[in-house]
Amino acid sequence: MKLNTLFLGLCGASALAFAAHAETITIATVNNGDMVRMQKLTDDFTAKNPDIQLEWVTLEENVLRERVTTDIATKGGQYDVMTIGTYEVPIWAKQQWLLPLDGLGADYDAADIIPAIAGGLSADGKLYAAPFYGESSFVMYRKDLMEKAGLTMPDAPTWEFIADAARKMTDRAADINGICLRGKAGWGENMAFLTAMSNSFGARWFDEKWQPQFDQPEWKNTLQFYVDLMKEAGPSGASSNGFNENLALFQQGKCGMWIDATVAASFVSNPKDSTVADKVGYALAPDTGLGKRGNWLWAWSLGIPAGTQKAEAAQKFVSWATGKGYLDLVASKEGWANVPPGTRTSLYNNPEYQKAAPFAKMTLDSINSADPTKPTVKPVPYVGVQFVAIPEFQGLGTTVGQLFSAALAGQSSVDDALAGAQTASVREMTRAGYIK
Amino acid sequence: MATRQTSTLARFMMAPSVILLFIWMIVPLAMTLWFSFQNYNLLNPANVSFAGLFNYKFFYTDPAFFQSIWNTLVLVVGVLLITVIGGIALALLLDQPMFGQGIVRILVISPFFVMPPVAALVWKNMIMHPGYGVFADFAKFFGAQPVDWFAQFPLFSIIIIVAWQWLPFATLILLTALQSLDGEQKEAAEMDGAGIVSRFIYLTIPHISRAVTVVILIQTIFLLGVYAEILVTTNGGPGYASTNLPFLIYRTALLGYDVGGASAGGIIAVILANIVAFFLMRAVGKNLDK
Amino acid sequence: MARAVSTRRKIGFTVAAWVVALLIFFPILYTIITSFKSETEAIAGFSLVPSGTLESYAEVQAQSNYFKFFLNSVIIAVGSTILALVVAVPAAWSMAFSPTKRTKDILMWMLSTKMMPAVAVLVPIYLIFRDTYLLDTRIGLTVMLMLINLPIVVWMLYTYFREIPGEILEAARMDGATLWGEIVYVLTPMAVPGIASTMLLNIILAWNEAFWTIRLTTTNAAPLTAFIASFSSPQGLFWAKLSAASTLAIAPILIMGWFSQRQLVRGLTFGAVK
Repeated sequence: MKLNTLFLGLCGASALAFAAHAETITIATVNNGDMVRMQKLTDDFTAKNPDIQLEWVTLEENVLRERVTTDIATKGGQYDVMTIGTYEVPIWAKQQWLLPLDGLGADYDAADIIPAIAGGLSADGKLYAAPFYGESSFVMYRKDLMEKAGLTMPDAPTWEFIADAARKMTDRAADINGICLRGKAGWGENMAFLTAMSNSFGARWFDEKWQPQFDQPEWKNTLQFYVDLMKEAGPSGASSNGFNENLALFQQGKCGMWIDATVAASFVSNPKDSTVADKVGYALAPDTGLGKRGNWLWAWSLGIPAGTQKAEAAQKFVSWATGKGYLDLVASKEGWANVPPGTRTSLYNNPEYQKAAPFAKMTLDSINSADPTKPTVKPVPYVGVQFVAIPEFQGLGTTVGQLFSAALAGQSSVDDALAGAQTASVREMTRAGYIK
Repeated sequence: MATRQTSTLARFMMAPSVILLFIWMIVPLAMTLWFSFQNYNLLNPANVSFAGLFNYKFFYTDPAFFQSIWNTLVLVVGVLLITVIGGIALALLLDQPMFGQGIVRILVISPFFVMPPVAALVWKNMIMHPGYGVFADFAKFFGAQPVDWFAQFPLFSIIIIVAWQWLPFATLILLTALQSLDGEQKEAAEMDGAGIVSRFIYLTIPHISRAVTVVILIQTIFLLGVYAEILVTTNGGPGYASTNLPFLIYRTALLGYDVGGASAGGIIAVILANIVAFFLMRAVGKNLDK
Repeated sequence: MARAVSTRRKIGFTVAAWVVALLIFFPILYTIITSFKSETEAIAGFSLVPSGTLESYAEVQAQSNYFKFFLNSVIIAVGSTILALVVAVPAAWSMAFSPTKRTKDILMWMLSTKMMPAVAVLVPIYLIFRDTYLLDTRIGLTVMLMLINLPIVVWMLYTYFREIPGEILEAARMDGATLWGEIVYVLTPMAVPGIASTMLLNIILAWNEAFWTIRLTTTNAAPLTAFIASFSSPQGLFWAKLSAASTLAIAPILIMGWFSQRQLVRGLTFGAVK
């Protein structure tokens, strides 16, 4: 480091020079709105902890995941706090790459964390990452179009109802699609949606012996239903639509319904960005009466890598960013509607929050109805609702996602896509040693 | 005397590049080769063991393997065709007298200044998106059905994006070559009554052939490694329609964190790239000897 | 040129060239236009007239300190290019003027060092950088980009130098010039345009390198590519903001290109010596 500093002194290096007494912790975050807001509120933390300086690395989701995973797995030691999701936590905790969060302070009130979320972030009863915001998925729909179609959305619809409504709401001439769903290939794109959906159809990725289940009728029902529905009532270009694309379509009034992350509710109901802000209703993700709903569970969380030299400062920061005080801080500066959702029960009991966020109850109900430890109708050997928390899943999920997006685009049949998915899964799982 | 002195000096002058590049090539290559014989998943570092040739077999038997090689070639050839032909045409046009030549030139070469991920994002969402892209807006304006580019023509769409990025490079190199074409020669040919076409075939083409070779070689190297554009737009889908070899390796390396598999893929890619380079040299390399 | 160019022809070319140029430039133009829109406008359909708001720029600057990333980009791009030229000029020179039977093979081999896909060697390189404490340092990245671009630099210089007529060398030798004198006084002035355009091209390549510059940096050395990566969000639609960030990232190199396009294009026009 010294040598480099000297060398680069020529070039006017300034970033390396910090006040000697202050400890600097480097925080890797994802560039979602809530996280960006946290950066702006940093002053509150540094005022309370003058001996700690914060250095931010903000990256988009996929790049962030690559960066932090490479770094923690090679013990690169570049970060003191990492933003990770419910997918990483169980895998990393098993490798003992994360410090258990036991020093968050007396007033942290870990019991206040929504149980479903805490469950997804814990291993052996210890919390390994603190949730910054949590989300499930639910149905967002246009009340006006629903009325026009002569239907009433129940609080807990079935897939049958959704399909029926989607077909009735579709008006190609007016450029209105009954339903917008994710179609872009990727484990966190279409597969997040389809895996959650398949849970409600009674499907599962693997049986208890890690045998892939794409050759089972439940998966066939799921994928066929999805492809048919999208063909009749979905937007053009659905096979390259992810969260953003559907958000834009919905905000421009081109979707009757949209099933996606609960955090989208604050976007579509914000009159500044959305042309349909006052017409949006919410309902739980649909089911087929088998006892599981098609909604997922995700929490962007703050974890501390085991190799850090600054564990104490890092814990202080995590405690600040995910504590109750932070929610109050955001509420006082930016209003209750902008508070990071989905982490604490107390927030949902707060009448002011309920008033500011009409989707609050539905969000909480959605989160509570997802169970990462028992995600499916039939038993499975894995945890994770819209993913399988094994290291192999990102690659495999993307492969399967590619095949399913081809079925959606009409370039292959549903049967071919499923057969391909089965072959790819058996291959990958055999190699990784799950199938003996 | 001069010759011997020159040749010793020549070696001495070449040494730094050669040594640096040799180290730069051999160290990662050796490590990659080593990893390619290991069972090594980054997320499971406790389980490292010798794998023999299994990583190679696994990569080679991937259902997407052959299509990915084909897609890689289609991508390279497609982009080369567009950029070389388009580049020659553009260079000829820009070489003509006109008003605001400087501005036109900077406009034409500007795509080269755009970072690949940005280019892909802009094309995907603002230009080609069937819902709210510029193409779709125009199609609707003329009463046509918007084309769903990334679903119907995934690879072609990516070729367009990549070609857009590399067209300026080809144009620039070719324009440079054109400008070194002697004005007197041109005039002499014109005096001899040679038409535009024959002047182009007998004077221009031979003159810029080395530049074309350079464009092809350098671009091929970059095009063989394209994956950021695919990642942003189609994620290799639908199906494997836009999966090329680098994307397959990306999937293995940065989604599966399978270091062994990705290393084997890397070695396979190097071997294939060298085969391509060999044929390329036989096809166009003689231009370099002139 | 002796012959006067007819104005009509000139106008014809002008129109044709402007149409083509604007078509090619359009995606960038649209990005710039979008950066002056509000987020709602940005997704509201085709429009070339923005409301002219600067809120996206303000937000971008509030989120990330542009100048820090900018400074890193400049240091890394310029540094790696200069380093590459220092190493490559002598090599290309000797290849062009004292070619041997193996010259072409060496050139080919140099290019082939670029054939290893970057993703496949990420882990080995990351381990090397970790062990040499080069992660997140500008010097590490500068060397990295120098190595990546070195083959291209050698190649381009080689092709430029090949165009310099050998007779000039002989003439100089007849006049009793020493080898160094030959290089410094006779050849260098002729090579400058080629070196200049190679340099500019490589600054651009280094500026836009978006794999290693993101993977090997954290905060201290992160250049504009990392700045961009913090604005392309998969969750939440921020076209105007992304456009503003992109415009900021492209602008410096675009401006540099603007001022140097004559250099870039001239490359090798020594009508005088031929």
